[in-house]
Amino acid sequence: MTVLGNPKLRASQLKVGDTREAVLVENLTRTQIVMYAGASGDFNPIHHDETFATKAAGYPSVFAHGMLTMGMTGRLLTDWLGDGVLREYGVRFVKQVWPGDSLTAKATVTAIGGDGTVEIEVVTTNQNGESVVAGSARALLPQ
Amino acid sequence: MSEPEYEFPVDRTAILTFAAAIGETNPIYWSASHAKSTPLGDVIAPPTFGVSSAHWNPNYGLRGTRKIPPRVEAPQPTETKARSGGGGGSLARVLHGEQRFAYHKPMQPGMKLRVTTRPGKAWEKEGKKGGKLKFTETITEYHDASGDLVLVATSVGVLTEKAVEQ
Repeated sequence: MTVLGNPKLRASQLKVGDTREAVLVENLTRTQIVMYAGASGDFNPIHHDETFATKAAGYPSVFAHGMLTMGMTGRLLTDWLGDGVLREYGVRFVKQVWPGDSLTAKATVTAIGGDGTVEIEVVTTNQNGESVVAGSARALLPQ
Repeated sequence: MSEPEYEFPVDRTAILTFAAAIGETNPIYWSASHAKSTPLGDVIAPPTFGVSSAHWNPNYGLRGTRKIPPRVEAPQPTETKARSGGGGGSLARVLHGEQRFAYHKPMQPGMKLRVTTRPGKAWEKEGKKGGKLKFTETITEYHDASGDLVLVATSVGVLTEKAVEQ
């Protein structure tokens, strides 16, 4: 496979167990959730209509799209590894993210292949240390 | 449910607003002059941008497709489930359980992507507090004008039978 994109480092500069952490958002605003609704096209009212979210759906408030957290978490990966170098990126949505939450993502190298493939595990946690998104990514870097 | 294929034209304003919404500060998502100095040559879309093809999907289920979403008449909750969620009809009972992307080519402005969607696996599981959880995979493929695969997005939806656990 050819290396695509604009790698920031070579696979040989990484080792299994290397980690990188980033604060993704502090005190998440409803405004950002609305920005994400508009940009993504996901207008499920549970993410922006407080009356619907609380009265009809029984949640304590609106909550962020899981994809907003996945998108923010992706920043850690691309800031670390480079632009357009990811080959796979997948997450499970573990817990809701609420307005006012502060999120931190942590990525850990779990494997490095001889061809420059780097496997990463990624977890994003809220201010209470609870994981909200957990997943993995694979990047192809120059060896 | 299979959807007809549709075209998704990738444009830099959509990339800019998407990147802004996820808090990006990386100029590769909006600065053409910065992008020109990299092997990418032009700005690219952030890794999760593919989902915004929803704007062009004529059958998109979460409303807002090229129109103002109608007001959702809140169904009367049969019982108050404060802090437990799970009422409010299907919009509130379907959760996004998982999302995966496989990248084959950088997604860049000017691309006219052909988007096709097909169902993937489906399975069921007992929820922790009882009640069945139904998982459904949807696979969306994005091909460029020359027929090359650019992106495969796999989404797992979870339909909850009972109140959603917090």
